[in-house]
Amino acid sequence: MNERPKVLIAEDEETIVESLSFLMEKEGYDVSVATDGQTAISMIARDVPDMVLLDVMMPGCDGFEVVRAMRGNATTRLIPIMMLTAKTREVDRRKGLELGVDDFVTKPFSTRDVVSRVRALLGRTEH
Amino acid sequence: MLSSELVIFVSLVYVGLLYAIAWWGDKRARDGHSWVRNPTVYTLSIAVYCTSWTFYGAVGTAARNGLEYLTIYLGPTVIFLGWWFLLRKMLRISKAHRITSIADFISSRYGKSTQLSVLVTLIAVVGTTPYIALQLKAIATSYTVLTVWDHGMVETAQHSLSIFSDSGFWAALGLALFGILFGTRFIDADEHHEGMVAAIAFESLVKMFALLAVGIFVCFVMYGGIGDLFAEAASNPDTAKLLLLPENGAPRWLTLMMLSMAAILCLPRQFQVIIVENVDERHLATASWAFPLYLLLMNLFVLPIALAGLGALPASSDPDFFVISVPLFENQSLLALLAYVGGLSASTSMVIVATIALSTMVCNDLIVPALLRIKPLRLTERDNLTGLLIFIRRASIVVVVFLGFAYYRSAGATDALAEIGLISFAATAQFIPIMIGGLYWKGGTKTGAQVGLVVGFALWGYTLLLPSLADSGWMDPALIQNGAFGHPWLRPESLLGLTDFAPLTHALIWSISLNTVFYVVISLFTQPSALERIQATLFVDAFSRKGQDTVIWRSSASIDDLYELVERFLGRERAFHSFREFGWEKDTSWRGKGEADADMIAFTERLLAGSIGAASARVMVSSVAKGEMVSLDEVLEILEETSHVIEYSQRLEQKSHELEKAAAELRAANDRLKELDKLKDEFLTMVSHEFRTPLTSIRSFSEILVDTPNLEHDKVERFLSIIVRESERLTRLIDDHLDLARLEAGHSDWRAVDVNPRTVLDESVDAVKGLFDSKGVALTTEFSRQSVMLHVDRDRLTQVFINLLSNAAKFSDPEYPSVIVRGEAIDGGYLVSITDNGRGVAQNELETIFDKFSRSGKYADDQPKPSGSGLGLAIARHVVDHCQGKIWAESPPGSGATFRVFIPGQIMEAIDAAKPESSGPDNLILGR
Repeated sequence: MNERPKVLIAEDEETIVESLSFLMEKEGYDVSVATDGQTAISMIARDVPDMVLLDVMMPGCDGFEVVRAMRGNATTRLIPIMMLTAKTREVDRRKGLELGVDDFVTKPFSTRDVVSRVRALLGRTEH
Repeated sequence: MLSSELVIFVSLVYVGLLYAIAWWGDKRARDGHSWVRNPTVYTLSIAVYCTSWTFYGAVGTAARNGLEYLTIYLGPTVIFLGWWFLLRKMLRISKAHRITSIADFISSRYGKSTQLSVLVTLIAVVGTTPYIALQLKAIATSYTVLTVWDHGMVETAQHSLSIFSDSGFWAALGLALFGILFGTRFIDADEHHEGMVAAIAFESLVKMFALLAVGIFVCFVMYGGIGDLFAEAASNPDTAKLLLLPENGAPRWLTLMMLSMAAILCLPRQFQVIIVENVDERHLATASWAFPLYLLLMNLFVLPIALAGLGALPASSDPDFFVISVPLFENQSLLALLAYVGGLSASTSMVIVATIALSTMVCNDLIVPALLRIKPLRLTERDNLTGLLIFIRRASIVVVVFLGFAYYRSAGATDALAEIGLISFAATAQFIPIMIGGLYWKGGTKTGAQVGLVVGFALWGYTLLLPSLADSGWMDPALIQNGAFGHPWLRPESLLGLTDFAPLTHALIWSISLNTVFYVVISLFTQPSALERIQATLFVDAFSRKGQDTVIWRSSASIDDLYELVERFLGRERAFHSFREFGWEKDTSWRGKGEADADMIAFTERLLAGSIGAASARVMVSSVAKGEMVSLDEVLEILEETSHVIEYSQRLEQKSHELEKAAAELRAANDRLKELDKLKDEFLTMVSHEFRTPLTSIRSFSEILVDTPNLEHDKVERFLSIIVRESERLTRLIDDHLDLARLEAGHSDWRAVDVNPRTVLDESVDAVKGLFDSKGVALTTEFSRQSVMLHVDRDRLTQVFINLLSNAAKFSDPEYPSVIVRGEAIDGGYLVSITDNGRGVAQNELETIFDKFSRSGKYADDQPKPSGSGLGLAIARHVVDHCQGKIWAESPPGSGATFRVFIPGQIMEAIDAAKPESSGPDNLILGR
């Protein structure tokens, strides 16, 4: 029996958390939320998710740090990460991709877009 | 007596012969086989010294004053025997500096002074005029004697004759013509007139021969030998005294001897033949014994002839013309004719040389400098000036000759020939102090020379010339008798009571001594210019130097410029030859646009000096070379300039240091700008993030609502309200940004009115009431009784208060939120304090919270994010600053935060809070 995929949303903006949570739950995923980078890292370590939706601009350590932490750890190395950011600069996009992010979405994003991409990323790693 | 036709014929033939010799001499010179360049001709040319004064007048003097006549010849003898000292130096210098006349010589010594050369020229002309007159008189009288002689003749008054019957006139004409033809056909760079020299050398032979002939005749035909003659003379008491030296004749003898020494040096004609026409210094060595020998021969029979004349002829005979009258008396017409021709030679040679020499001076040293000064003529730009120069010289000859003629007609009648000659000598003798001084004393200055000359000449005029004119009836004799203004001490012939001397001696004493005194004294008191000093050294040290100019030309002229200049003055051929020779000698190029070096410029100057005089040559060359000679003074000037330049360059260095500093500052500013640029980028990114966040929510929820048709109603409501809220948030954000942008750019309009802050606070509290109630924040207000009138923009002030109140509400303690509002009038304005009981503000952020966007990162992680734009405090600060007030935050640890706003204003009477404020102009006033 398949477990419901676990999605971690790391985002400090309330309303965005709410919209994303709604979307993920509607898809049938289990949603957990972290509102800052440090919490996200510890939650990922404790309870390995299947997917991480990561905001870049968070208080404390930012999204890139989380990515580095994840990619540095054997258990979490292969978990798909989608970055959400208001930063549209090319340099940030490249930075993320180099670090090992699987996808990049800029705010305001299209919800349909996000949902289909998440589905795709989860599908790939479906075992 | 001889027929006038014969005499005229002989005269013309003789003159024709002279012309022929002169012409041939010139031709040979042009062809390169010169007759003239040998010591014999040179010496004979110097013999022009023996004019009709010698030929006729010596006998006359001997007849009157015995041996005194010898003095006129002793002087030159001494000078020539001692040639090594004085004459040689003068010659050396003159050749080195291409001197063309005595005026040139003197002016050159004293710094190439045009003033001096003009002065000398004038004196020379005035001084020579009597001498020319003397020659003309001699010619005329000898002609008369020859043609009209009768036993017992007396001299006729010449000036009763009309001009055209006066042989003197025709003589003057012929001589002027000779001068024009043989003195001025070419402008030769060296002023050599070979034809003329040939002619006068010939004449010297003729006159010597004639005089010797007469002498021999007298001694050996009239008498039985010299012994016989002298015995006879001694036996006659009248003539006996002539054989003895007079007891108290010493002063006059000495005077005459010194005068003749001066004459041989300073007479323009002597300077011309001895110095200017000289081609080889060694000829001078020959002349040093040959000329005294000539003089000896000339004078050998003077006394015998005089004695014979005195013995044979009636007492009323003019002894001046014994040379003719004695042969005539003895019926030796041929001899008399020969004597006449000899006298003619003597006279004409003097006039020829003198007029040519004077014309050179008048042209070079008088006319040309004057013309150069007349700018409109633009002489320096004319192409060919030789024609002009020749014309000037020819005109000068004519003028000089006829000046002499005029003097002869007016004043020459009465004086003995010798006396006229002596007057002339005395005039040119004025040059002696400054010449000798110039040759041996470096301290002689131009000013000294000028003053000395003027003084000497003036005295000469007064003591010698005036009496001469008076004697001839041209002046009131009373002046001579009684002195100027009737003062006996100013009598021309015995100034200041010096009565013991003969007029000549007296005149000489005064003129020469005062001349010398003034020359020396003024020279001692004046400073010579640098050029004078250079010239002085070159002259005085002529033997110790190699004779090269030591002046340096600091200038630039092209070789062709100089070449063209020389062409203009000396003609094509001469320029070509001179430059080519120069180029070969120095192994340098002598044509082309290249820059001429100092040597060439000096060479050009010397070349030109030979034809237009040193002073004018200098002017011409300077006009071409765009610079000047560098002299000591100028060197000092240059040094001074250099020190100025050094000073200037130090200042420049300083400036450049300052410039460097400024550049560094600019670089720093540039760096700062780049940083700011980066900050701006970050800011924009930040702003972008701020806007995108609410947009994201709006979009997301909108999409969710669209994509989820069967959404639960409460979710729909919730999402919709979020959308609304975020839209509002976004709008506020945009508004705040725009507001701040406007404030910062100064584009806001401020409408300042009289405002009671109490009222404004009340209104603000009302505005946030909704917020406070919804959050359950307890509000307390405290107002002081006193009121203050502020003059600010009402809406803006309200905005500030609302903002602060909202913040207070947001940041109050979550459980028991409480806000206290306090307003009090204090000295100078109104203070509003809004206090919340929240967590407060960290001490290090009390300042930074007023910056834009400072809200991110300042709150504790577990605090909910405020929904404000983060710009509120920034806007508030702007507004308060604009009102000249102050806004700040205080947050003692553990007791929340207090925001204070102070606006300056005027305290009013304590009024009731309910009373509305008035905004009329009659209100009390205004805080600003």
